[in-house]
Amino acid sequence: MTLADYAEFSNYAVASGTVVLALAFLAHLAELLFVRQEDAEPLAAAVGSGTQGSVAVAPPPEDDEVPPRSAVLSRIGIALTVVAAGLLVAGVVTRALASERVPWGNMYEFGLTGVSIALVVYLVLVRITSVQWIAPLVAGFGLAILGLAWSAYVPAGPLVPALHSYWLVIHVAAVMIAGALFLVGASASLLYLLKERAENRGTVGPILRRVPTIAAMDRLAYRTHAVGFVLWTFGALIAGPIWAHYAWGRYWGWDPKEVWAFVTWVVYAGYLHARATAGWKGRRAAIIALLGFATFLFSYYGVNIFVPGLHSYAK
Amino acid sequence: MSNDRDADGKITQRDRASTPAPALGTREFLRWMWTQLTSMRTALLLLLLLAVASLPGSFVPQRGVDARAVEAFRLRHPDLSPWLEKLGAFNVYASPWFSAIYLLLMVSLIGCILPRSRVYWRALRARPPKAPRRFDRLPASGTFETTADVDTVLAAARRVVGRARVDVVTDDDGSRGELRSERGYLRELGNLVFHVSVVVVLIGVAVGSLLGYRGAVIVTEGDRFSNVLTQYDEFTSGTWFDPDSLPPFSLELDDLIAEFDISDGPQRGAPRLFEADGTFIDGLDGDENDYSIRVNHPLSIGSTDIFLVGQGYSPVIKVTDPQGTVVFDEPVPFLPEDATYTSGGVVKVPDTGPEQLGMQGFFLPTAARTAEDAASISLFPAAANPYIALQAWRGDLGLDDGTPQSVYVLDTSKMTQVLGEDGKPFRIELQPGQTSTLPDGTTVEFTELRQFARFQISSSPLAGLPLGGVAVGLGGLILSLFIRPRRTWVRAASDGSRTVVEAAALDRVPRDDLPDDLTSFIDRLRDELEPQEKKTS
Ligand code: HEM
Repeated sequence: MTLADYAEFSNYAVASGTVVLALAFLAHLAELLFVRQEDAEPLAAAVGSGTQGSVAVAPPPEDDEVPPRSAVLSRIGIALTVVAAGLLVAGVVTRALASERVPWGNMYEFGLTGVSIALVVYLVLVRITSVQWIAPLVAGFGLAILGLAWSAYVPAGPLVPALHSYWLVIHVAAVMIAGALFLVGASASLLYLLKERAENRGTVGPILRRVPTIAAMDRLAYRTHAVGFVLWTFGALIAGPIWAHYAWGRYWGWDPKEVWAFVTWVVYAGYLHARATAGWKGRRAAIIALLGFATFLFSYYGVNIFVPGLHSYAK
Repeated sequence: MSNDRDADGKITQRDRASTPAPALGTREFLRWMWTQLTSMRTALLLLLLLAVASLPGSFVPQRGVDARAVEAFRLRHPDLSPWLEKLGAFNVYASPWFSAIYLLLMVSLIGCILPRSRVYWRALRARPPKAPRRFDRLPASGTFETTADVDTVLAAARRVVGRARVDVVTDDDGSRGELRSERGYLRELGNLVFHVSVVVVLIGVAVGSLLGYRGAVIVTEGDRFSNVLTQYDEFTSGTWFDPDSLPPFSLELDDLIAEFDISDGPQRGAPRLFEADGTFIDGLDGDENDYSIRVNHPLSIGSTDIFLVGQGYSPVIKVTDPQGTVVFDEPVPFLPEDATYTSGGVVKVPDTGPEQLGMQGFFLPTAARTAEDAASISLFPAAANPYIALQAWRGDLGLDDGTPQSVYVLDTSKMTQVLGEDGKPFRIELQPGQTSTLPDGTTVEFTELRQFARFQISSSPLAGLPLGGVAVGLGGLILSLFIRPRRTWVRAASDGSRTVVEAAALDRVPRDDLPDDLTSFIDRLRDELEPQEKKTS
């Protein structure tokens, strides 16, 4: 294949991957609807047939061999996610072949590669532990970021000279993985907030019941944020300035992208402190985590779109 | 309990300290203020405040980043700008309020590091704390019986505990004993290192900017640059830097190579390679050395780094007066204004007759006309069809009134435009080798095309300090986030035939897997004791 063929293949793969991921998202949404319905049914069944015995097993009503529809949809959703991840990874690989370099030289590639990594990590986790409940969030966020990436699409091609540096490879890779972790952390914090509110009001529905305890959410959020913060510190505050030194002759110049990277760092440091401060643990810490994620998204996407600066190379 | 617990106690006390100030004397008030300032909650608020305070600088152009953008912004927003100016919004990162937050954070940080270091120092030399009386109050505990005697049990426990600080204490008659262990001291050390390194970074950045300098200069092929203040186009330096002490060196630009994408497609014209080649001399006189500077590959001379940050075209313009005297013959840098290198420039010819001559216009590297009478545009950044269009003015260039003037701006306020026979402004249009004759007989020739390099020359003497600071801090951060401090106690009491063993553990940073860990600890302890069990039974 020629470079142009690779580039074209990549575009088709990413486009179809996006569509399949959208289908996976719909499947998971439908799954949630059925979870709601089925939650009501076993009760009715238990009342109706009285003799059924132990409720703890929550047996499927009557025709025993038929699994509940939510479980079927869940499996469909995951199967679709596998297909989507396969297509996206193929898209990333061919994109790298087409441009003959690492596939994270602009915002389109950054978003595409980031989502692909996140999906693969998620699918591995699905195999080794039960994290199905996170599926709608993963698919939804993944779609949103792919959408942002598409809106910043540029054809495959070599890099401008300023980006020719292995520090760029290191810097972006670290920041990308940190971003993926922040995404997981933000999802956990969001679910924490939702579930905590529902628990306080005594309105934990069938969907939130599938989510692990708020303590587990808090822990997951903390761990992902902790690792993400370390990577962010390295990527944005060490590798980034070193690269900026070689490319622009200064380590740190308060360019808008640098400002936002700094703000993101400070907010996440705030999160870590909040978790260690009485009265800020839990809910307020979770809110700061979401704020941190918002600043991360803005430094990835908003800055390039709304604010001119040296980093707006991808326009 | 131990000193570590004191640390815990202190921190929570500080958190509780945000109750209203008691009505006390100045001393107490100051102490109360200090407690407030160094509390974790204040640090948290200051951190969030710092985040908020740095935001305006990403929306309003900053003087230190792009002074021209600031001037453009002021022209666009004449009403808003004076207010922003008063608030320091054009110089956020040096403004008093930003510095205030940053200083408060630093004081708070130091105020937090000092006592914690003292506590840590004491904890380092302290022995593991005594076992609490009742294990069932601890988050994880367990018990079993064995036939092994107390000493055997404690020796086995010592092996199972592994790397930790351990004390074993037994009664004189050997009927009771306990093992105390503590591990994870590195967590607090990592935390201290991290916070200290934040201070080091802040200091390093501040001092580095006081000592350093940065300038930019345009050098045309064939020209030589010497590192003295007057040769710079732009220059800024820290307050502690003496511009007379610029390190002496000079460099000559022989060749500038610029390559652009020639594919047909959206990438067409995108830059692919910039490289500046030539020779430099370190010191006032010395050997000439070759250099080759590319983007991302600066040249270092002593403590100074020279970066290639831009390039463009310098057409060589030759002006001859009607008497045949050459009054000007120099390359004139035209500054690129867009991606196809449409470039603007100014030619100032002071020494030509009673009235000085000024010309202003643009240069196109690959000129093309889309229609017969349309203006020319540039199609491509490389010089395939170079073209200059200029207009001329006669009068006073204003060079002599003492105010410094940019070489890239023509002040026509004391000049009159040179008109053609049709009464319209006279246009000079030239390609390399072509000559145009002004109505008064002066000729303007575009003799050849050269390129220029825009170098940024900077010295950031202490740059290694903040960078190293962050790197060390990162190590500390990893320790502080991932090390798990834990205390484990084992108590054994024998009634002669059987020994009752109790074990308990406590995490300084609570974790949910503690009970599981303790169960596996007890299992391993029993495994250690098993051989004896077999022998005795
Ligand atoms: C730029 C400023 C600061 C940054 C980036 C920062 C960052 C951090 C980080 C990442 C942690 C680890 C959190 C954890 O162990 O869970 C931490 C812990 C801590 N920080 Fe800071 N910090 C800053 C300023 C301060 C200040 C000014 C204080 C002083 C009051 C402070 C006090 C603490 C304390 C007491 C802990 C320990 C929390 C624990 O043991 O879990 N920090 N800080």
